Amino acid sequence: MTLSVRVSHRLPGMDIKVAFDAPPGVTVLFGRSGSGKTTIVNAVAGLLKPDAGRVAVDDWVLFDTEKGHWLPPYRRRLGYIFQEGRLFPHLTVSQNLSYGSWFAPRGARRENRGKVIEMLGIGHLLDRRPALLSGGEKQRVAIGRALLASPRLILADEPLAALDDARKAEILPYFERLRDEVSVPILYVTHSAAEVARLATSVVALQSGQVERHGPAAEVLSDPSVAPAGVRAVGAVLQARVHTHHPDGLTELEAGGDRLFLPRIPHREGESVRVRIAAQEVMLADREPQGLSALNVLKGTVLAIRSGEGPGAIVSVQTRAGMVLARITRRSAEALGLREGMECYAVVKTVAIAPEDIGGHVIEGSK
Amino acid sequence: MGWLGPEEWSALMLSLRVAFWATLVSMPFAVFVAYALARWQFPGRSVVNGLVHLPLILPPVVTGYLLLLGFGTQGPLGGLLAKAGIVVAFRWTGAALAAGVMAFPLMVRAIRLSIEAVDPRLEQAGASLGAPRVMVFLTVTLPMILPGLVAGAVLAFAKAMGEFGATITFVSNIPGQTQTLPLAVHSFLQVPGGEPAAMRLVIVSIGVAMGALLLSEFVGRRAAARVAGT
Repeated sequence: MTLSVRVSHRLPGMDIKVAFDAPPGVTVLFGRSGSGKTTIVNAVAGLLKPDAGRVAVDDWVLFDTEKGHWLPPYRRRLGYIFQEGRLFPHLTVSQNLSYGSWFAPRGARRENRGKVIEMLGIGHLLDRRPALLSGGEKQRVAIGRALLASPRLILADEPLAALDDARKAEILPYFERLRDEVSVPILYVTHSAAEVARLATSVVALQSGQVERHGPAAEVLSDPSVAPAGVRAVGAVLQARVHTHHPDGLTELEAGGDRLFLPRIPHREGESVRVRIAAQEVMLADREPQGLSALNVLKGTVLAIRSGEGPGAIVSVQTRAGMVLARITRRSAEALGLREGMECYAVVKTVAIAPEDIGGHVIEGSK
Repeated sequence: MGWLGPEEWSALMLSLRVAFWATLVSMPFAVFVAYALARWQFPGRSVVNGLVHLPLILPPVVTGYLLLLGFGTQGPLGGLLAKAGIVVAFRWTGAALAAGVMAFPLMVRAIRLSIEAVDPRLEQAGASLGAPRVMVFLTVTLPMILPGLVAGAVLAFAKAMGEFGATITFVSNIPGQTQTLPLAVHSFLQVPGGEPAAMRLVIVSIGVAMGALLLSEFVGRRAAARVAGT
């Protein structure tokens, strides 16, 4: 199923004009707050009527301003996962989960309720009311409620933004399972690079209401010129496989023949994972470093060096494991004599790879 | 019944009946008007708001006289109702109409406040899950405003029980037909030796009012707990 979105809308102080087609899987709208993400999602949901545009899932047209076609929100068959959950406080968890199915058309393809409840781990909460749930539990119920409404498209508007880091880590795997186990396309809004790295099949990077870059996650994230969430959030995504869990608390990954060590992750040996390596955690050396505490040293070739106004530069290095980005100072780049095509070594401290930057399952568009 | 004379008893029962029907029949209208005022922007909104509140501000005698003009046997609306088989002039139904009109603004205010307290984003969530507007109202808004609905109903019931001016002007003071409790108190005070009867009705009034308040506290608290989800 393909989601095609074309929206133009004038807001005070910003013109939004975007067009993109999203393949099946998770399409992430990625940008700072105020870049127009929520406007676009609300237009898709029918909560806001844009000046012009057309949105369709395959041949199911949600609206087409040219043809004067506009489906009211309740006929769009969406599963909208809101930032604040928006569970109905007067209904039990079980009733919240059923709500959408009360209105779904008879012939709609239904998710198996028991399977969804099991996947989200909310079986023990069914008789409770939302007020007695933790933030993470609420959001899991919200995911289930959206899923059980037999949606043809799932929208998620910063569903983790209101949660603390521990809760985020608790919920992210459920979105990964959603992506891998449910065939409904998902439009996911966030300003977090870590969430993009873990979830995105394809990324639409937004800047002031315009599409800055659109493509497979690995490509967009490895493009140093794209930094919708700021230069600190720049980082490349590598596809790797869990090789060995070592008894000293480290996990060894294998990526394209290179080895990566990082603090113990829960994934099984042999399982595929995607690892985001933040550019500011990567050092570069012009020869193989000796006597260094860092365990991860990747040999590669400089592909490009980009520097802007500030003192920093982003260097992209092609390694066997994939493209790695390094954020270093221009002064260091000059001192090392870095230039395109030059051989160099990328150094990543093991503990610099944050657990929220590691996700399970296959990344598309990488190699 | 031994304690109350037959005339007093009939006034009490009549008042209860009048207040019950006045509250019940006006409730759907009040919910609709309150929802419209709370949620919709439409031309003439402030005019509607003013009209609804008019009975609160006008002298009750004026409201009663306007009702007489409109709903009397000669009045345009009275004629229509008569064709439908409902006569209100000088009947208990007329007393209920007067009480309902007088209590309407109180009920609308209470319900409107509780509707404004419902987060419209929850209603959006309902729509996003496929519920048409009416169903969103029935399954989300209505259960959440239940405490306000109860409060409004009790307030309206109490007001209807105590209505005097509009009732006596519109349907007069006919024992057994339109002589509600306050009208009966008034009548007893006009005749020599009527004071003990008036006092008994005063005590009954206090009892009914207290009972209604306690009941609404109880029901309201249970409904609020349900909505708060505990």
